[in-house]
Amino acid sequence: MSEVLKVPTMADMMAAGETPDILFWVGCSGSFDDRAKKITKAIVKILNKVDMKFAVLGVEESCTGDPAKRAGNEFTFMMQAMSNIQVMNAYEVKKIVTGCPHCFNTIKNEYPELGGKYEVIHHTQLVQQLIDEGKLKVEGGAFKGKKITFHDPCYLGRGNGEYEAPRSVIEKLDVELTEMKRSRANGLCCGAGGAQMFKEAEPGNKEINMERAEEALALKPDVIATGCPFCNTMMTDGVKYNDKQDETQVLDVAELIAQANDL
Amino acid sequence: MEYIPQILFLIMLVVGFGLFAKSAARIRRNILLGKDIDRSDNPSLRLNTMLRVAMGQSKMVVRPVAGTLHLIVYIGFILINIEVLEIVIDGLFGTHRIFAPVLGGVYTAAINFFEILGVLVIIACAIFLYRRNVMKIGRFHSTEMKGWPFKDANYILIIEIVLMTALLVMNAAEANFPDDHRAAGPFLISGMLAPLFSGMGYETLHLIERACWWAHIAGILFFLNYLPYSKHFHIMLAFPNVYYSNLKPKGQFNNLESVKKEVELMMDPNADPYAAAPEPDPNAAPQRFGAKDVQDLSWVQLMNAYSCTECGRCTSNCPANITGKKLSPRKIMMDTRDRLEDVGAIIDLNKGTFVDDGKSLLHDYITPEELWACTSCNACTEACPVNIDPLSIIIDLRRYLVMEESSMPAPLAPVMSSLENNGAPWQFSPSDRFNWATEEA
Ligand code: SF4
Ligand code: SF4
Repeated sequence: MSEVLKVPTMADMMAAGETPDILFWVGCSGSFDDRAKKITKAIVKILNKVDMKFAVLGVEESCTGDPAKRAGNEFTFMMQAMSNIQVMNAYEVKKIVTGCPHCFNTIKNEYPELGGKYEVIHHTQLVQQLIDEGKLKVEGGAFKGKKITFHDPCYLGRGNGEYEAPRSVIEKLDVELTEMKRSRANGLCCGAGGAQMFKEAEPGNKEINMERAEEALALKPDVIATGCPFCNTMMTDGVKYNDKQDETQVLDVAELIAQANDL
Repeated sequence: MEYIPQILFLIMLVVGFGLFAKSAARIRRNILLGKDIDRSDNPSLRLNTMLRVAMGQSKMVVRPVAGTLHLIVYIGFILINIEVLEIVIDGLFGTHRIFAPVLGGVYTAAINFFEILGVLVIIACAIFLYRRNVMKIGRFHSTEMKGWPFKDANYILIIEIVLMTALLVMNAAEANFPDDHRAAGPFLISGMLAPLFSGMGYETLHLIERACWWAHIAGILFFLNYLPYSKHFHIMLAFPNVYYSNLKPKGQFNNLESVKKEVELMMDPNADPYAAAPEPDPNAAPQRFGAKDVQDLSWVQLMNAYSCTECGRCTSNCPANITGKKLSPRKIMMDTRDRLEDVGAIIDLNKGTFVDDGKSLLHDYITPEELWACTSCNACTEACPVNIDPLSIIIDLRRYLVMEESSMPAPLAPVMSSLENNGAPWQFSPSDRFNWATEEA
């Protein structure tokens, strides 16, 4: 099980005179947050499993600038964006997969006008493609028959219209996929977007992630599936707050696939 | 003498439409106070979206009850107005039911259809009144809906009911006319109402019929001139508003050109750091980063404000609002419209120029607390039946707060400096970014 991860960097590849097919954009959360690092590793395990020729930027990666831009700090965003674009253009990056919908949205939609034109996909979309192409076999494994509900990340769903890829991947696991009342285009935010992750919420009568976690927990799911490291943190907190962490796990779609395949 | 009603009618028509044209011109002027934005791309997709969302009301039916009722009022409004064409011709030429002999059976069928529609409209409006006033539906009773916005909705529903009733009573009175005085009918619904007026003399009946006829057309002209002061202006603006709405992915925010240029210069290794700053164009308006007041917003954002129907679907889907925070995207739109109207009034008062009144949209109408509660989740833009984008205004105001006033919630300041120094929102060394790959699983 615990094979060593193969994580080539762009610099390594370049030195070896090779070009990867795809750049895996890890993101700040996926690089530094202990919980999110597990998601990052699950994605790498999947990439290793299908022998994908990929690379990461490693220490050359920097924040996409999403939190700065949503907070209204266009200067900081531009500086981050332009230096990232310089790095990626120097490596002649063509295709990118991200582990985070915020990175996905920013690079896909906001970088092109600044000179960074790439084909960008979210990791759930990549997994769906791999399954469709027959490169990745998926069986329910430990999750067979389990009840799973998917929480739509705003920046994947409403932000970019992708609702089906994560669901179709989850359905491949022979599980019971149940929907919350507020799902897809009508989904409720986890409360982390728009730089909220990094500040206190304004005064109100509830935290947004509590509202969302309660909605998910009302379905009594075995797993709340997420597709965003920030959603994952928010939902995990909400589940813990309700003292339901023994009954309900919060797992990224990539983790579901990796675990089901004993990767 | 016999031309007096026609002359009166003509005067009423000219005054009615003239006043409306004046109001429409004022609103157009106000909208064009906004900055330019190019929304001329992709005309076929835009037309398509307009047909689907504005004409087809595709987003209204997301809520089936309100959606269906609205659809009835909407279809009723459009179709029954065909009858207005006849009224105008009759009014101007002193004729009576000019289409009746021409169309024959088709005329009877059409009026029957309009009458049924009229009853449905009355029922729908009554249910709407009930929902707003008796049932306590949360989104009609939020803080921003006190006073005028609440009354406005009621007034318009009552006007609709009065207009429809006038039409039915008019036909019912005519149904009792002696046969040789009746131009058409009897019709289905008014036929059922006819007994109410039986036994009255022709003179009285004719008086009732005429009174209703005049009330109907005068009511329509009144309604037309009420619109520009009401949220019901959406019946006009919904179409252009959807046509010019954002077609890009909702997650995509615009990149500020002015900032882009500055950052490019900063990052250009060939730029001479000691070179004098380029001469500023003396004719250029001072560049603001973000928006402080309505003039800093784009005309699309300002048109959005006039198109808002105050339905509150945005607010009832807003996670911040749901959890009791001060933010309400509907209030953002209403505040923008209120401020724009105030700015417009100042311009009118000062013969075409704006004189600073010491107020601005940011702070005096919308507070930073509201702005900072937004998670940028796009639930509001998704929910809006006329494709309004409150989020874009929120972000433009935030940009002003952050870039011009250097004001942001305390915990965000270290995040910003960390982003600049470490390339991550947390204070980790960039050299540790790749540690995950070698750590124990
Ligand atoms: S984008 Fe902001 S205002 Fe709109 S629904 Fe989400 S939190 Fe509310
Ligand atoms: S912005 Fe749209 S959804 Fe919100 S109140 Fe106005 S019309 Fe309704």
